[in-house]
Amino acid sequence: MKAKIIITPKKAVLDPQGKTVQNALAHMGYTGVTGVHIGKYIEIDLAPGTDSAAAEKALNEAAHKLLSNPVIEDYKLEIV
Amino acid sequence: MNFAVLQFPASNCDQDAVHAVRRLGHSARLVWHKEASLGDTEVVIVPGGFSYGDYLRCGAIARFSPVMQAVKQFADNGGLVLGVCNGFQVLAEAGLLPGALIRNRDLQFHCENVFLKTVTNESPFTSRIPAGKILRVPIAHGEGCYYADEETLAKLKAGNQILWQYCDAAGNVTDQANPNGALLNIAGICNERRNVAGLMPHPERACEPLLGSDDGKWIFESVFAALEKKTAALVA
Repeated sequence: MKAKIIITPKKAVLDPQGKTVQNALAHMGYTGVTGVHIGKYIEIDLAPGTDSAAAEKALNEAAHKLLSNPVIEDYKLEIV
Repeated sequence: MNFAVLQFPASNCDQDAVHAVRRLGHSARLVWHKEASLGDTEVVIVPGGFSYGDYLRCGAIARFSPVMQAVKQFADNGGLVLGVCNGFQVLAEAGLLPGALIRNRDLQFHCENVFLKTVTNESPFTSRIPAGKILRVPIAHGEGCYYADEETLAKLKAGNQILWQYCDAAGNVTDQANPNGALLNIAGICNERRNVAGLMPHPERACEPLLGSDDGKWIFESVFAALEKKTAALVA
């Protein structure tokens, strides 16, 4: 059992990495790319038989407090 | 006056801060991040460096150190706290200061001298900076671009909480003088109560002429003056 968390910069926040990669893609000839946003992916291993609703609640709290910074980032959490 | 300078794994400006405070005639000691108490302390400095290797986000892990719980309580009781560089990032992550510090807009690590305009003298961190004085102090960071949403920026402005802005040698706040893309050229801010401040530049590295500038001392002199005033009020 795993938790998968994807963290992305908020749209309003300057993302110079994304911008640089977007420019590189354009230079390489990949057309039609209108935006690149670079974030983080965190995978958390959970003990077998963990109650998924409880894990989701706990990890939402952890994502809010530590794993992401709500001032500049959004996150998506999935338990699989 | 007793300064406590925090020490996290990979802090690297802790000794500089201790040296600057002692050179200016006051006492300073290091407090290890595992300590749950600050002891006899009148000012806390959260120093620069790369606490916990800057893993996850700069300052994100340091904020959960036992000593940071003590710092939070110290700040809640009105104690003076100054965060420098990584220390600013730690205070922002801890919610003691609004906003966040993100990657420099040009993705480069900047290690250079910058000029700072003091926006207000009305704080324990700026009261002694001579009027109109442009401070020349070094920066050394890769993630110093100050960001906050519009509502927070408006609040900072209305509350006179922006303490320092990047400017040119003549004091003009221009985009060219902004080394990292910080919104409103913000180099340093304080909280609403004005007892917690953070800045990306390093005043502790500019406290003696031998180092090329002693402009940083004005920030420390302001803190000393604020404490003297506090002590005098207590005695009276």
